Amino acid sequence: MITFESVSKRFPDGTTAVDDLSLEVPEGEVAVFVGPSGCGKTTTLRMVNRMIEPTDGTITVDGQDAMKIDPPELRRRIGYVIQQIGLFPHRTIAENIATVPQLIDWDKKRTNERVDELIEVVGLPDEVRDRYPHQLSGGQQQRVGVARALAVDPPIMLMDEPFGAVDPIVRSRLQDEFLRLQRDVKKTIVFVTHDIDEAIKMGDRIAIMSEGGHLQQYASPEEILAHPATDFVASFLGAERGLKRLALIPVSKVSAVEGPVVGPDDDGARARAVARDNGSDWVVIVKDRKLLGWAHVADIDGSGRVGDIEAKPFSAEIYKEDSLRAALNAMVTSLTGVAARIGDDSAYEGLLTQELLARELQDSDPGPGTMTGAEVNEEAERV
Amino acid sequence: MDWAWVGSHLDDIQHLLLQHITFTVSALFFGFIIAFPLALVAARYPRLYQPILGITGVLFTIPSIALFLLLLPFTGLSETTCILGLTIYTLLVLVRNTVEGLRGVPDDVKEAAEAMGYRPLALLMKVELPIALPVVIAGLRIAAVTTIGLVTITALITFGGLGAFFIDGFRRDFATPIIVGIVLSVALAVAADLSLVGVQRVLTPWARTRR
Ligand SMILES: Nc1ncnc2c1ncn2[C@@H]1O[C@H](COP(=O)(O)OP(=O)(O)OP(=O)(O)O)[C@@H](O)[C@H]1O
Ligand SMILES: [Mg+2]
Repeated sequence: MITFESVSKRFPDGTTAVDDLSLEVPEGEVAVFVGPSGCGKTTTLRMVNRMIEPTDGTITVDGQDAMKIDPPELRRRIGYVIQQIGLFPHRTIAENIATVPQLIDWDKKRTNERVDELIEVVGLPDEVRDRYPHQLSGGQQQRVGVARALAVDPPIMLMDEPFGAVDPIVRSRLQDEFLRLQRDVKKTIVFVTHDIDEAIKMGDRIAIMSEGGHLQQYASPEEILAHPATDFVASFLGAERGLKRLALIPVSKVSAVEGPVVGPDDDGARARAVARDNGSDWVVIVKDRKLLGWAHVADIDGSGRVGDIEAKPFSAEIYKEDSLRAALNAMVTSLTGVAARIGDDSAYEGLLTQELLARELQDSDPGPGTMTGAEVNEEAERV
Repeated sequence: MDWAWVGSHLDDIQHLLLQHITFTVSALFFGFIIAFPLALVAARYPRLYQPILGITGVLFTIPSIALFLLLLPFTGLSETTCILGLTIYTLLVLVRNTVEGLRGVPDDVKEAAEAMGYRPLALLMKVELPIALPVVIAGLRIAAVTTIGLVTITALITFGGLGAFFIDGFRRDFATPIIVGIVLSVALAVAADLSLVGVQRVLTPWARTRR
């Protein structure tokens, strides 16, 4: 656990980088510090391992006052991924990763085993072991930076834009791998980024900071998206706040509607009746609980079978672990305007409609800042 | 070219060559011993860098004959005078290259080392100096080659080193010793340079693979 109590940092030149910051990062959670460039994120991070010392206030690390611990000792207990990666150019990848184990005198065997393990954990190919940093790609270097910080399995990690120097595709992969890893290792992590989407994805909690080192809000991503505490937070979250909220809600949270379901053996007249009851001009075709597709009723002969015409596939099938944002995306790309939800046993579970999404946003947030159905539609058009 | 002279003076040649090498190595050794702490101070306190460079720079620009003449009243016509003078000439390049080498260590690398828990001395020895090494050795190479050239002048003081052949040759208007002196000092300079390159390749394998 890391606690900041009324922590401020003023540099000798008069810059206030952090202003009266109080917050707590609970054991095993990821707290993301996010804010525009120069708002004091790196300064905050560096006060935890005393690379920068606070002007006022107290920082405690696992209950101990950080100022009472010898800095090198403190730093060896805290993994740090530096913003600019900072690999040692004169050491091989294995030697880079072994930095802290060597500082605290691990024996060769234990160090080597740990290096091998970490190379695998961060998803690097074996052959990079004896290469030098400049022989690696940017993404590989960032992985080495993370492996080096993890070397002695520190309970606390400070990560300063650890995925900043790579392209969006690699970044997204590194984020996913990091989240998977964190599920197993459960470290207490302070993670810095200036990318709000990364913050929402990675954080159990998000601290939004503004210029001058002011903490604007510290809460879960859901809470921040539903109730931005200040205008600064709202504008930092941007115009797509509703979409970002949808991205956090799993499809399993809303119950699907049955929809105008017919079987392939039903005739055209029945299909028309079902569609009319549902207020649509199309039907969903399901056989033995399996989704076959959909069809316009106008295409089915009054006396003919539904199965006589070819069912059109839905543009996307949505599973329970997908987000409502993915469901919305499926809706706006489909002619029917709905998304078909498929269960674990690949059975048809019903339809998701834009109205259901809007209602979900209302229900989970009775307060201000909720999107109306019309706004959902507006947002949907932008997707 | 009088090969018979060469044949009959092999002992002299060997002796003067060794002396030349001794002067060079001593000057580089003492130069480094003095320059290194100065460089560390200059790298640590940037305000002192210009004054330190200024002083070693002025020393470097004193014409060599004049410098040795200035030293004569203190240390006389001795080997000490030679080595002292030569040492003074190495300072500028050794200080400058060591400081530039240390300054060239990227900030993010130093910060990362600090964040990993290096104490200041270990950081200097295990991170900063190894990374600065190629630039430091480049300074040593320049100093070595310059010194080998200068040792020929110190012959005026002690009649030692390969320069003794030049004096001998000029006095007797006899070309062979001069040629021997030139060939050997050039060969020595090349050999010194190549061996320092070799040392660097061994000590900094990481710099070799650099694009
Ligand atoms: N050593 C220093 N002396 C004076 N001012 C500093 C120092 N270090 C940082 N600052 C100032 O403190 C403020 C916060 O800097 P900090 O590096 O913490 O920002 P940041 O949020 O990490 O920015 P970025 O997203 O660009 O990395 C900035 O205005 C910066 O200029
Ligand atoms: Mg920063």
